[in-house]
Amino acid sequence: MNEKFKFEKSQKITFILLIVVGLLSLTAGILIYKDHPEKIWSNILLNNYYFLAIALCGIFFVAVHKIADSGWQASLIRIPESFASYIPIAAILMFLIYFGMHDIYHWTHTESLDHILQGKTAYLNMPFFFIRMFIYFALWILVSYGLRRLSIKSDFENDNKHFNKSRTYAALFVVLFAITSSTMSWDWLLSIDAHWYSTMFGWYIFSGALVTSIAAITLIILYLRKKGYMQYITESHLHDLGKYLFGFSIMWAYLWFVQFLFIWYANIQEETVYFVQRLEHFPILFYANVIINLVLPFFVLMSRGSKMKTSILATIAAIILIGHWIDLYLVIMPGSVGNSASVGFLEIGLSIGYAGLFLYVIFNSLTKASLVPVNHPFLEESLHYET
Amino acid sequence: MYVSPIREPLIKGEKSYQTITDEISAPIAGKPGPLWYAGITFSTLALLVGLYAMGHTVWNGIGTWGANRTINWGWGITNFVWWVGIGHAGTFISAILLLFRQKWRTSINRAAEAMTIFAVICAALFPVLHLGRPWLAFFMAPYPSTRELWINFNSPLIWDVFAISTYFTVSLLFWYIGLIPDLGTIRDRVTSKGKKAFYKFMSFGWTGSAKHWQRHESISLILAGLAAPLVLSVHSIVSMDFATSLIPGWHTTIFPPYFVSGAIFSGFAMVLTLMIITRRTLNLQQYITVNHIESMNKIIIATGSIVGVAYITELFMSWYSGNIYEQYTFLNRATGPYWWAYWIMMTCNVISPQLLWFKKLRRNLTFTFILSIFINIGMWFERFVIVVTSLHRDFLPSSWSMYYPSITEVGIFIGTFGIFFTLFLLFIRFFPVIAISEVKSVLKSSSEKFIKK
Repeated sequence: MNEKFKFEKSQKITFILLIVVGLLSLTAGILIYKDHPEKIWSNILLNNYYFLAIALCGIFFVAVHKIADSGWQASLIRIPESFASYIPIAAILMFLIYFGMHDIYHWTHTESLDHILQGKTAYLNMPFFFIRMFIYFALWILVSYGLRRLSIKSDFENDNKHFNKSRTYAALFVVLFAITSSTMSWDWLLSIDAHWYSTMFGWYIFSGALVTSIAAITLIILYLRKKGYMQYITESHLHDLGKYLFGFSIMWAYLWFVQFLFIWYANIQEETVYFVQRLEHFPILFYANVIINLVLPFFVLMSRGSKMKTSILATIAAIILIGHWIDLYLVIMPGSVGNSASVGFLEIGLSIGYAGLFLYVIFNSLTKASLVPVNHPFLEESLHYET
Repeated sequence: MYVSPIREPLIKGEKSYQTITDEISAPIAGKPGPLWYAGITFSTLALLVGLYAMGHTVWNGIGTWGANRTINWGWGITNFVWWVGIGHAGTFISAILLLFRQKWRTSINRAAEAMTIFAVICAALFPVLHLGRPWLAFFMAPYPSTRELWINFNSPLIWDVFAISTYFTVSLLFWYIGLIPDLGTIRDRVTSKGKKAFYKFMSFGWTGSAKHWQRHESISLILAGLAAPLVLSVHSIVSMDFATSLIPGWHTTIFPPYFVSGAIFSGFAMVLTLMIITRRTLNLQQYITVNHIESMNKIIIATGSIVGVAYITELFMSWYSGNIYEQYTFLNRATGPYWWAYWIMMTCNVISPQLLWFKKLRRNLTFTFILSIFINIGMWFERFVIVVTSLHRDFLPSSWSMYYPSITEVGIFIGTFGIFFTLFLLFIRFFPVIAISEVKSVLKSSSEKFIKK
């Protein structure tokens, strides 16, 4: 049952090429937008957040299934587990925004804050911001690496000792992420529009990240299957991944819509300003966001057959990945870059570069252990699984 | 289907299909014990108290309640939201847990669904009584021809009417459709003529033929599909009664998911309260095992923690907003004249469920029972805090006020307990408390007898 993944040279070259594309667009961007450093930094922030959230939600996927005694996913769990290896890279990249704080975050200009923002300085100040960031990353890396280490260890010792211990780690991660999934979105995203607030914001961002992460997991699995690996992943597993994509897309839309509805209905200026700006200056992306992230997955994944069909599932997963990039774009850019923000070579190129980096790290990490957790107590359930 | 050996069995003891039928239908065939008679007497008395109080309200008007101009929603709406919340566990168990293929739901779904329906009945009474003129309740129907008036479709109160009546209808149908095969089984077992006629009528001529089963399965699937979004929609819309307003403490975007999770939280607490007693009195310990209790406790801690995160988010955002009215509202909740309600809510809903992280406590029946009562109380206070403390400090300090419930309101609240428990006691007397046919479906995969083999 032991199945080793081999990171081929051609794959390595492809991913490095993608990274080069990213670096080239970044360099070109720096040269062209000399007077608009906020554009560069906002793009870096967007990609930092996007890929970090995919990695974290992958670990969340592992942790939740573990404490829920779930059986069906045991055979595919090495894929999301490997996402842990991206978190340290994401930490380095995220700390880079130290140099762009003034360009992204209005509240860092402490010399010219109005009384509302002055009232927020107890939370929104540079030292505390970076202390929090350090704590988040330290804890995430600690727990996610612990989960992965125990999982790989169990391949060599056939008892449930490591599995039982990893349940404690899983519970810890769920608790940790219950809090940090909200606070990270407040720190890095909500504070861009420093005056604006919404209690739903953290959960709305989390739900989008979760569905993005499941789309990424699905796509990687489908790719590996096409390459001849993981042949034990059957239509039934794909069916379940498809159900997740379907269900969490609806959940995202529910949270997105409710946040919009309440602010629209109450019509308080301090709150509506956020949506007014996005509707007036980014109408195409605003509506595309809902269509791509709700309408398409809803109708495409409605039927049982389409969830099981590789080509349809792969297409819709790719579309969801783009859709939630747009969602994040709409969260970040109007606040940090302003109404002139647009999607051009920098936005697309830099994201391609990040995708290359992410895939390189993940694939490299997949070679480190068997693709099958051979001693997982629920592995047999997963291998004989039928929906 | 392969089942991992580390999974605990869901059915204990040496059970065959025959013993399952015998044991679950035993309470229907036999005579009820003195405990049942005591229970039904007590709850009918409570019901009568409630009926009197309701009559008093309708005859004399809403002035008999403690509501005033500032706090125009008091106990009535608190009780309404509390009961609707309790009515969430049943559908969650039968629809959402079905989607997540949780086999343990088969032992508790029937009773939980019954409880859901009774709780929604109790809930629906409050807004109707609060109308003051309940005979005009039909004004809420979108039927303009006689009055040449449409209802106000912009009002979340009207959305509520649609949401709850849809929820009630689907839950009732789902529950009843699930009952039909079991009623057929009971019909074939009872001997007295009257009973036979009753169950014959109730089971719609069920014969258990392959065609019947096939149709039964497909309608169940459709209803489960309909019920799943309803679990989310009902309490989301209940939260909109508050959140679409401008009142600090009510207008907050997190309300829908937080209300839904709170509703499932309180629903499971009520299921635990009832099932821990029921399994003992009806001798169903081998079907509703400690494993089942533990699974429910896991849901309690998950939903309770989500509610906790929501409380803290609200608290943080009220400060972060920089809006002095928001800040005052939350400060006042925690330290104002209703501080005790706030801290009862925090202790019961956020702090006490955290004890369930210990496996020993999750599997301890006495502890679980006490905790479930705590949560029932805590969730009532949550709604009280939301409704009353947000209103009692009006925008004008001259309108500030306090809320004191009248004896009539207390009577109505007691009355809803009477309705709830009377219906529940009748249910366990005349219907199988556990879904016989569904439990049989997991016998081969999850019973102690077959796992050992």
